[in-house]
Amino acid sequence: MSPSAPLMSVTNLRKVFGVRDENGKRADFVAVDDVGFEVNRGETFGLIGESGSGKTTTGRMVLGLEKATSGSVTYEGNELVGLSDLDMRRYRKHVQIVFQDSGSAFNPRRSVGAQIAYPLTLFRMASRTEARAKVLDLLDRVGLQPSHYDRYVHEFSGGQRQRLGIARALVTDPDFIVLDEPTAALDVSVQAQILNLLKDLQRERKLTMLLITHNLALVEHMCEHAGVLDHGKLVESGPVDDLLTNPVSDITRKLVDAVLEPELSATRG
Amino acid sequence: MTDAMALEVKDLSVDFHTDGGVVHAVRAANISVREGAILGLVGESGSGKSVTSLAVLRLLGTTRAKITGGQILFRGENLLDKTEKEMCAIRGPHIGMVSQNALSALDPSFTIGAQLVEVIRLHQGVDKATARIKALEALDLVALPDSKRRLKAYPHELSGGQRQRVVIAIALSCRPELLLADEPTTALDATVQKQILDLLLDINAELGTSILLVTHDFGVVAHVCTDVTVMRRGDVLESGPVEQVLTRPQHPYTQGLMRAVPHLHLDEATRSVPRADRRLFEFRTEDKETLDVA
Amino acid sequence: MSALTEAVGTGRSLIGTRRARAGGPAPVEADTPKPAWRLAVRAFSRDKMAVLSLVVLVVVALAAIFAPLLTSYSPVAGDPVNRLAGVGTDGHFLGLDGQGRDIWARLLYGGRNSLLVAVIPVLVVFPLALLIGLFAGFRRSRAGEVTMRVLDVLFAFPLVLLAIALSAVLGAGLGNVMLAIGITLVPYMARVAYTATVQESSKDYVEAARAYGANPLLLMFRELMPNVVVQLLVYATTLCGLMIVVASGLSFLGVGVIPPTPDWGIMTADGKNVLLEGIYHVATIPGSLILVVSLAFSLVGDGVRDALDPRKQTS
Repeated sequence: MSPSAPLMSVTNLRKVFGVRDENGKRADFVAVDDVGFEVNRGETFGLIGESGSGKTTTGRMVLGLEKATSGSVTYEGNELVGLSDLDMRRYRKHVQIVFQDSGSAFNPRRSVGAQIAYPLTLFRMASRTEARAKVLDLLDRVGLQPSHYDRYVHEFSGGQRQRLGIARALVTDPDFIVLDEPTAALDVSVQAQILNLLKDLQRERKLTMLLITHNLALVEHMCEHAGVLDHGKLVESGPVDDLLTNPVSDITRKLVDAVLEPELSATRG
Repeated sequence: MTDAMALEVKDLSVDFHTDGGVVHAVRAANISVREGAILGLVGESGSGKSVTSLAVLRLLGTTRAKITGGQILFRGENLLDKTEKEMCAIRGPHIGMVSQNALSALDPSFTIGAQLVEVIRLHQGVDKATARIKALEALDLVALPDSKRRLKAYPHELSGGQRQRVVIAIALSCRPELLLADEPTTALDATVQKQILDLLLDINAELGTSILLVTHDFGVVAHVCTDVTVMRRGDVLESGPVEQVLTRPQHPYTQGLMRAVPHLHLDEATRSVPRADRRLFEFRTEDKETLDVA
Repeated sequence: MSALTEAVGTGRSLIGTRRARAGGPAPVEADTPKPAWRLAVRAFSRDKMAVLSLVVLVVVALAAIFAPLLTSYSPVAGDPVNRLAGVGTDGHFLGLDGQGRDIWARLLYGGRNSLLVAVIPVLVVFPLALLIGLFAGFRRSRAGEVTMRVLDVLFAFPLVLLAIALSAVLGAGLGNVMLAIGITLVPYMARVAYTATVQESSKDYVEAARAYGANPLLLMFRELMPNVVVQLLVYATTLCGLMIVVASGLSFLGVGVIPPTPDWGIMTADGKNVLLEGIYHVATIPGSLILVVSLAFSLVGDGVRDALDPRKQTS
């Protein structure tokens, strides 16, 4: 496997939901329509879109949480679409996700430490004691205390919860992480911490990341390449430096114009 | 825009009594909205910005929250001295409010028209037909197209941006002098956010309504506000015209906040740094006491 | 613009270098975290009504268990000469019933039967209903849906009517009453477990667990069950209170315990005959006890629900 081959490759991905329209008739809702992109090893790819664009559904298909209607998702050359549940579960060791709201992604009735350690014992990667040690180490790395291991998720603040979510995503030493609006619900100062942490971790662990967001400034900050989704279609993609400074499609241009920079523009009235 | 004040909050203090003790949500805060201006009240969670705007309208409730000091001067009177009945006469005709979540601000069981007409009739005492005409005017004011049909629509039939326009229309239906907007665009997509903010600018220009806009986003402030006040943990840290605060922030917290946000348009110096090496500003624990509030 | 050039430098993240401090504050309590059940007990003890109700239930239960120590009278043999003696009669402080039997003794021994009938069926049906609800609610499979529809049919019968019918078919007697009540309880408890499972299944943490590689069985028992059990437990506690009333009702109607075996329902039935004669204590004493115990179960159930809500357990 040459180092320049993409780690994750999505081709002609399609997701169609069967819904009922207001008259009760069955109709097809195409959430994701022929989407394709590649993510190179060690890079961050940005999947940009507003609500309803299909970006979250695409992310879920990449993780296998949603079954694609058609198309292909390959990881290290291996096809993921159509895998059996068992094979898909094995692949989950290598591909993980940080949810937008980590708080609700943790079981309220189990300690967070146990939940973070869970995949290790599940995949038989460590014994009970080894798993605990590894989790404590990870908690430390993301800036939490060892005493946090036995606590419950509701005892933590928003920023701490996101750090817990990151710790859990990293526990099986994955190569690929999907980040679904990882900082959308956080305060500005906490956002900065989390984003810096993610960059450090990416460098340390040689992670490849897929960032799903509507925040263009975030994409500029984090991603080398990005694609813009609109109503399920990938309207434009390419290097971020070009995409955001010289957008080609109308949608991208609209999105760029809608960004409010914290600086006064000369033309403000 | 004159130097007369639409709203003057002087030395306001608000305490919350929780199981864990007393929380000083607002501490001797001084906040002023000039007549015809748009003031951005900026802060992170726990700064007291939302509590302040609720305090102005005396909407804090009395079980947990207590206003322990200060004055809220509006039209020459201290709102803290008013009875609830007097406040009811002020909310609507003189001070309007727009909150963050438009869907929960609108009653899902009634049509838009019914809710608009209700507010108009309550404060202006007109008959149904006149109220209906005024409702249509209000919807035109917020540039909601096809207003006749919209009157019969239910909240869930509209998009997020349209609902927020309706909420603004209701808040403006009695032409108040002051509008309180608490994070009105946070839950909306970026393109819609810009439209709503532009709408607020138009309203301010056409009707002269003063606006107190609570937000956490300096981008919003840069786009819309004439003045800025920065709050943190109940204290007002810095205040002034937006040109001054945004370009030459005095307080280290303000400076830090502005550097903590990723920007879209970067200058050459930043672009030259490889993306993997770029970092945002982080507050040191010592400076900020604790970074997260549990 | 110039502020920006300073800002976005090449420094490493502060979190890595300041691990010890950059974690945000630990929660207010001391460093050693308390086990979950102790937090629940603490939260429960803050609810005065719940604690009082629990005390009442414990006292009643103990009294029933230690009945022979608390009375020397027989609950079934009576002294017909002094029948219907009132409250405060010498030696019989709660009086005698229509057949001259000591009411206090019958309350105590009857308590055993009433409490058994209230609690045992609920206890036995609990795991069964839990399993049905989990399996039917999680996978939403054909088999699950069919099971729930069959249970819905049982729902159509009013609870008490069904219990009566079953009792009539099975015959009277304590064991049969418990069986009848148990059968009628299955659809109610299974439905609560089912609804709870369906609600919890759509929550993010279940999907997160899937994303981290959990198989369906693990999802059901490790993730969902703790959350569903709690909801079912609260319902079950309230049901016990209800079942006391139902069981008493069955006895009242004559399809419960076989006389002269005492239970509170049959005692109330006996007392109703003499109400019109102005003799109240025979009926109202057991009747009030049914009310109090039933209420106590409900309040304890509320207390348990609040105590087990993870958000209420801190501070």
